[in-house]
Amino acid sequence: MLEFRKDIFADERDDNLIEVGQPTARQDILGHVTGTSPYYDDHRFGNLLHLKILRSPHAHARIRSIDDSAAARAPGVKRIIRAADVPVNLNTLLSLIQFGKDDEPSLASDVVRYKGEPILGIVATSERAAIEAMALVRISYDQLPAVFDVEEALKSGAPSVNAAYPKNTFEYYGKYDHQKLRYGDVDAAFKQAEIVVEDRYQMSPIEHAPTETNGSIAVPDTNGRFIVYTSTQALFFSLDTSAKINAMQSNQLHFIGGTVGGGFGGKVDTLTEPLSILAARLTGAPVRYRFGRHEEMQFGSPRGAERIYVKDGIMKDGRIVARQVRCYFDSGAYTRLSSYAVVKCTAHIPGPYTIPNVHADVYCVFTNRTPATAMRGFGVTAVDFAMECHIDKGAVAVGMDPLEFRMLNMYRDGDMKAHRRQAKNTALIECAQVTAEKANWPLRDEFRRMSSRTGGSLERGGVVDRTRAPALASAPKLAPADAGAGRTRVPSVAPPPVVPQRIAYERPMAAEPARAAPPQQPASRSVPTPSAAPPASSPAGSTHGAARFSSVFGTRRR
Amino acid sequence: MAKHRGRGVATINYPIGMNLGGDPSQALVHSNPSGKFTVALSSIDLGQGMKSVTRQICAETLGVPVDDVYVDTADSDTGPHCMGSFASRGTHRVGNAVMTAAREARGVMLEAAAEELEVDPGDLETDGKGSIRVKGAPHRSISVRDVAIAAQFRQGKTISGRGIFLVPLSDVDPETGEMSPATCYAHACLIAEVEVDDETGDVTVLKMNSTYEIGRAINPKLVEQQLVGGSWMGMSHALYETPEPYYPNTRDGPRDFNEYLMPGPGDICPHDITVLERPAPDGPFGAKGPGEMCANPVLPAVANAVFNAVGVRINDLPITPEKVLRALKARAGSPAARTR
Repeated sequence: MLEFRKDIFADERDDNLIEVGQPTARQDILGHVTGTSPYYDDHRFGNLLHLKILRSPHAHARIRSIDDSAAARAPGVKRIIRAADVPVNLNTLLSLIQFGKDDEPSLASDVVRYKGEPILGIVATSERAAIEAMALVRISYDQLPAVFDVEEALKSGAPSVNAAYPKNTFEYYGKYDHQKLRYGDVDAAFKQAEIVVEDRYQMSPIEHAPTETNGSIAVPDTNGRFIVYTSTQALFFSLDTSAKINAMQSNQLHFIGGTVGGGFGGKVDTLTEPLSILAARLTGAPVRYRFGRHEEMQFGSPRGAERIYVKDGIMKDGRIVARQVRCYFDSGAYTRLSSYAVVKCTAHIPGPYTIPNVHADVYCVFTNRTPATAMRGFGVTAVDFAMECHIDKGAVAVGMDPLEFRMLNMYRDGDMKAHRRQAKNTALIECAQVTAEKANWPLRDEFRRMSSRTGGSLERGGVVDRTRAPALASAPKLAPADAGAGRTRVPSVAPPPVVPQRIAYERPMAAEPARAAPPQQPASRSVPTPSAAPPASSPAGSTHGAARFSSVFGTRRR
Repeated sequence: MAKHRGRGVATINYPIGMNLGGDPSQALVHSNPSGKFTVALSSIDLGQGMKSVTRQICAETLGVPVDDVYVDTADSDTGPHCMGSFASRGTHRVGNAVMTAAREARGVMLEAAAEELEVDPGDLETDGKGSIRVKGAPHRSISVRDVAIAAQFRQGKTISGRGIFLVPLSDVDPETGEMSPATCYAHACLIAEVEVDDETGDVTVLKMNSTYEIGRAINPKLVEQQLVGGSWMGMSHALYETPEPYYPNTRDGPRDFNEYLMPGPGDICPHDITVLERPAPDGPFGAKGPGEMCANPVLPAVANAVFNAVGVRINDLPITPEKVLRALKARAGSPAARTR
């Protein structure tokens, strides 16, 4: 069910439009529902050849020798493609925007760095013939020690994964092994914080799981050009990458994409086009290179796994005064796009909250696994998971409703963000209010009256003071000098007026409006269970304090 | 042994477009002699509806019916450069490029119409139904079709426009991380209600309530499609999916859809979605982009709901029954639990 609340922010919109805002049926709907929208693999060629890739069975190994002579003589085989056949074998995707060193071969020649790394291409009259020929290739390897854990990879003596980055970390600005974020003074703020909450989070790798696997068909055209039918998400990105690897001019390539059977970030990497084009050049025939499902699942790049450590310093009145984040992106064996996501992740910290002291170190780490890549929410999804679970723990530790705790710290127009740009056009408070209302999640009046458009630090002369919820106005205000704004200010030097504000956050049990209590403490909870969940957001549970949970949830109280 | 219900909340924001900018997209708009317009793009419609969104933006800007606009995509010979369909950039970046191109084409169209009607172009307006008329004198009008014929065959004008949208690339301070990552942000709050079976460790998502602020919704149905699909993906990320179930150990990797777990139709829960539109100052008609961010709040909201239900924090995704059971077991054996 979906509804629009046009009344909110109506004064900022001109709703007097004709076509924009209409639920117009998509232009290609008829093709989609009748099964006639053409995918790259719907193009048919009588003399089509098929490229299959022989992949490494080892996570890290030196290739001692390759004997493909029997495979080359196998029935249906037209051509074996080796690393030496690739005009520019070493590439990195973001070389198109001059970011990073060429670190990944199209076909491995000396060392394989992840299980599934491409070594040889076999072009044959059918996929079956190519796969059968693959069984005839003899490769001898010297296995090398491998590393799979991001923090293990950073230890001295860890196996070196990526020859371009021997220390297993992407290099930022020619001098750092991580991206830094430094805002305010977290050390001083942690000293003053009354509650510190620390934890570790682990994102899982995720497969994009598109219905249509990655693939392309390269077709020799007239005048030395090639037409490439592809499932790419980024036509010119793939075209320019393919031109570079094949040492061709970009106008020799005519890329045609179109209907895509699911992308989600997994079709930016240009995994198939460079080799299908090379195979078409070497054989003079149309060549298709498409991933099988097993290849897509295990050797097509996944969403990378991030490991994230978060530490929050919180005052008893609910203000988060410091956040420290250490984050490791598991890039796998090569860079692809993880280096970019690291910077995006850094920009996103500390999330949509106004925290006066923020410190983050974000690493792009190489390990011996399938290179990771973009996926929906790249650089942000995992850190949102970590920070939003973490802020929930902060709410429990401070004894506040988790949504009110968020709203108290939420950014508003004019607030300064940790990357030193002022927030504008914010709308999260309104999202929280509307959701709470629908879900019967009780918010006190002062939180229902908050606005993203007022109360930001711009209005307050650049001073961030999160004790500003209207109902708290009677509580003694912090002197502006102590309120902790700007990049070098230490927040809350003066201990906040703990007692009155603390009381202000206790939810009055009887004073709850007629609104129904949320089903947070269902009847089943009274059954004896190993749980005794602290329902921080439940009216009845509001007397829980930080001390009570400190041993259970890894929080500590100062 | 029992089933426990709990609720969890998450609030998030999401940057629109490639981080730091520097990601241009171009568009070309032109009319054929019958007054039908083509938008030429190299951008890819992944199914999210980029063609529809740019088509509506073009029609609105030109002042013609949407049926008179066709969006041609994904051809490097005919479509000008676009960075690609990722980073929630399609509506914002490509939409802006199309708007700029359509504005230029509209200018030529009104000039041609003015010549036919012998008035000043500034006195003309479009009715959105295929006609151009004199403001305040609607009986003096001409169809877009007749204008296109006149422009092509009598006036020798090309009713066309070029557009590019580029957020200039921001520097990053290596020491502090100071940067301009994005020009606008989408927002979301989501409350998930779950049921946790403390015997099996199974987590069932019962209900989701959410509010998404996405700037102007160019097409509400496509917004709905993104938000519904995205929340499914978020739930899948939270509870089911991974190609490496024992990460960082690489063993037991699934090879196909039989082995790769994702929620099926029976696992989908009711989801009450509200959309807010606070227009982005630099978005086409204020649009931002709902594409990526819609999955993000679901993961932590579900994790927080599991805690609310049974009092254990699962910090490693996905939240499998195995992890829930191990956490419940560890918690039951902890001194803190015994003293309760």
